[in-house]
Amino acid sequence: MKTEVLIIGGGATGTGIARDLALRGVKTLLVEKSDINAGASGGNHGLLHSGARYVSNDAESAIECMEEGKILKQVAPRCIDDCKGLFVAVEGDDEQYAANFPTFCEKNGLACKKLSVKEALEMEPVLSEKTIAAYEVDDAAIDPFMLSLENIAHAKALGSKQLCHTEAVKFETSGNRITKVWLRDTRSGKEFSVEPDQVVNAAGAWAGQVASQVGAKINILYSMGTLLVTQSRLTNGVVNRLRPPSDADILVPGGTVSILGTTSVTVEDPNLIIPTVAETDLIVRKGAEMIPSLETTRYIRAYSGVRPLVTHGEGGDGRNVSRGFVLLDHADSDVENFATITGGKLTTFRLMAERMSDLVCKRLGNTNPCLTRTEPLPSSMEGKWTEPGLAPKRWITKNSGVKDKILCECEMISENTIDDIEQELKKNGETPDLLTIGKRSRLGKGPCQGAFCSVRVLAHMYDKGSLTGDSGIHDIKAFLNERWKGQHPIFWGDQLIQAELTEAIHCGLFDLELCKE
Amino acid sequence: MTNKANSTIKTDLAILGSGLTGLAAAIFATNRGIPTVLAGQSKGIGFASGLMDLLGVHPGETTWDDPFAGMERLRKEIPGHPYAKIGNTEISTAFQEVHDFLNGQGLAYHKEESLKNVNTITSLGSIKKSYMVPKGMWNGIVALEKKAPTLLIDFAGLKIYSAKQITSALKEQWPGLSAERIEFPGTERLEELHGEHLARSLDLSANRVKLAERIKPLIKDAEYIGFPAVLGMYRSEETIKELEELLGLPIFEIPTPPVSVPGVRLKETLTMGLEKRDTFKAMPLMITRITPLPGQGFRITLGKDDTEKTLEAKAIILATGRFLGKGLIAERTGIKESLLDLPVYQPGDRTTWHKQDLFDPQGHPVNRAGIETDPMFRPVNGSNAPIFENLFCAGSILAHSDWTRTKSGAGVAIASAFAAVNAFQQR
Repeated sequence: MKTEVLIIGGGATGTGIARDLALRGVKTLLVEKSDINAGASGGNHGLLHSGARYVSNDAESAIECMEEGKILKQVAPRCIDDCKGLFVAVEGDDEQYAANFPTFCEKNGLACKKLSVKEALEMEPVLSEKTIAAYEVDDAAIDPFMLSLENIAHAKALGSKQLCHTEAVKFETSGNRITKVWLRDTRSGKEFSVEPDQVVNAAGAWAGQVASQVGAKINILYSMGTLLVTQSRLTNGVVNRLRPPSDADILVPGGTVSILGTTSVTVEDPNLIIPTVAETDLIVRKGAEMIPSLETTRYIRAYSGVRPLVTHGEGGDGRNVSRGFVLLDHADSDVENFATITGGKLTTFRLMAERMSDLVCKRLGNTNPCLTRTEPLPSSMEGKWTEPGLAPKRWITKNSGVKDKILCECEMISENTIDDIEQELKKNGETPDLLTIGKRSRLGKGPCQGAFCSVRVLAHMYDKGSLTGDSGIHDIKAFLNERWKGQHPIFWGDQLIQAELTEAIHCGLFDLELCKE
Repeated sequence: MTNKANSTIKTDLAILGSGLTGLAAAIFATNRGIPTVLAGQSKGIGFASGLMDLLGVHPGETTWDDPFAGMERLRKEIPGHPYAKIGNTEISTAFQEVHDFLNGQGLAYHKEESLKNVNTITSLGSIKKSYMVPKGMWNGIVALEKKAPTLLIDFAGLKIYSAKQITSALKEQWPGLSAERIEFPGTERLEELHGEHLARSLDLSANRVKLAERIKPLIKDAEYIGFPAVLGMYRSEETIKELEELLGLPIFEIPTPPVSVPGVRLKETLTMGLEKRDTFKAMPLMITRITPLPGQGFRITLGKDDTEKTLEAKAIILATGRFLGKGLIAERTGIKESLLDLPVYQPGDRTTWHKQDLFDPQGHPVNRAGIETDPMFRPVNGSNAPIFENLFCAGSILAHSDWTRTKSGAGVAIASAFAAVNAFQQR
């Protein structure tokens, strides 16, 4: 197999590069060792930064965020909830920092409107009564799953290819060039090779490991951040704590829920990022200083992501290293058709993709301009079902005579929607199972966290013949365990009751823990 | 205005919690002529599958054919386990008493004469051990044992149940299974079916006849026919008997996830049976608080505001369940007992409550949290002395018993209810 460009990594950056290049007429093969957005692209707030977060300490990032935010609201409005955001300080916060904030914003050209405490409380009634200052900024919420799924769907529509569960395991070189890359299907273990003209390393936190396979060295600091998902949406817009970046100071609406975070803990291995009880408790406690109901609200999930921060060898901790991105052409390690892009933020993914695509096109002699600043991102069957309101709307507005049953009652996902996602996965050569369907929809993401819907979807998939033998047993165990891992640190109150119910059904009745996989 | 003092109800024994434990305790108490009030608003029993497990598994190691042999080992290894405070003979007697009561009320249960566990299939296509099962499920156990040619029927629109799934998952072990889907009579225009509606519809003979007509042409060489557990609500025995006559074959039910018909049947049958007894009164209200009275006895406040009622009892059996039943409350900082703030045996901080793997064969430490008692099932303080002379505890709220992993939910409920009632009577 040959390809013009092999992209390693299926996060926001990798899928963004695939689309950017496709729009310039360059066909690519994207390989991802897990599934779309399995790394930091899926493990974040879903915040489209206005830039205001960085005005005091990182003007470059602030301006990049502002510009990219404006572009994305134009070209990908379906992925974005343009909900605005507040920066609020409470009693005890640094009043000087709060007073300087509008000046910093103005200096960098960022919109920032001062609100009275009364106005702020009217806009977001859950804010603390101890609020002392508030400003409105252009923050927004973005659905990172829809974004990446739509980017890769568009690239595929333009002739590019994608292989999930496929890992680059060995690079063959001749002279200064990579001539062949060996790939392994992580499910079957089968190996095969591809001969690329150019290789793009967009592996995020794993970029260092990929680069080391061709003898290049990148110093990456793995900064883990943990986030909590509440059962319902607590605020209309984004709420930031008005102080220098610290733990648990942002609450972002995510459709029907709110997402609270984050932390910054340096870890040794990007594969071992499990949200802990200590972090969870810290996030709840700190978050409640700004929004007191965060102490008593029901949480349905916790997850972590790892920010790959490129240190240039000087060390430091996660909060001090720049959140900007780096593009490395690896001229120093004498591999002329290899390049790495990592670091950065979800908000700047498009710019990162543009810069990398510029480099690749230069190397390929392609002079077509970047189109992603203006070309709208189309909607596809693969990406659209991550939107919270869409599956319910489809079911409610269905024509009379159309038969369709709700399978996931928390998120109102119907049989026909599951069928469509399944069809799309099959078209892409993917095996439809509960995990891959869950990634492309809101299946199992409500309060029951899969306890009931998993049974119904499984029954439906057997009925349709897409599952046979005892594969469904493995499937439901893997799905429920994925949901479980994300609830582990938030098992108290109502969610512990949910855990008890899940165990009562799946262990107490079904004996799933005794079923061999 | 009602004078609250006048509306106080007095009884000898107040059973708090109306799940299987509370209901079983009420059977034992009224069998012994003890004036009893059963209070509480349990919904948990609707989650019961209908199967009554006694002991099926030693966690992480072995499954038991003989639950009583399993209990011998449990007593040695987990001395705090509720089964360690009750003898095999008493447990066997307790099950027999519940069995006889249910059979008397027209909801027959079966168990092996050898007192061994049986193997039964679930709607997911797994095979599990149980001890005492509804008579309507018994033919399924026989058919599985013989691997007999068996037709599984399901109904379009009943989305928690797929006959094809069961046959597919069990194909290697039971090749004689086949699946057919039919429209349940009278539901042709409905998209979604609910088990309880189907069960009530089959309480009427005319619907059984229509159902049988649709199944007959599909039978072929089948020797048994299996259904989701929806065969009748109040008349399940009659439903099954008539369907067997109409179809000319033995039939059986397969347990489904909640809300399950056999769980509802069990609750209704037990409650209605108890209400026929003069010594019994049900107060299906939320339990608000318990106040110990000077000397002995307790005042129990039920309901809220306008519906508030007061109950005074010489003794209490606390059967309020775990987290789902709200007998235990999990806060971020620890687990509490909800009504009297009794000491709760529990693992350390939240990091140790659950394992990372939902299906960890050893189970999650939080599931062994609960109330520790003396040999008479009375909650104890730090120095192992009973906190109240007349407060007994039974069921899943008890410490050291992880019922989901050991398959002992009904067993612990029935055995500890039996022991608690006997302890009260002996006093």
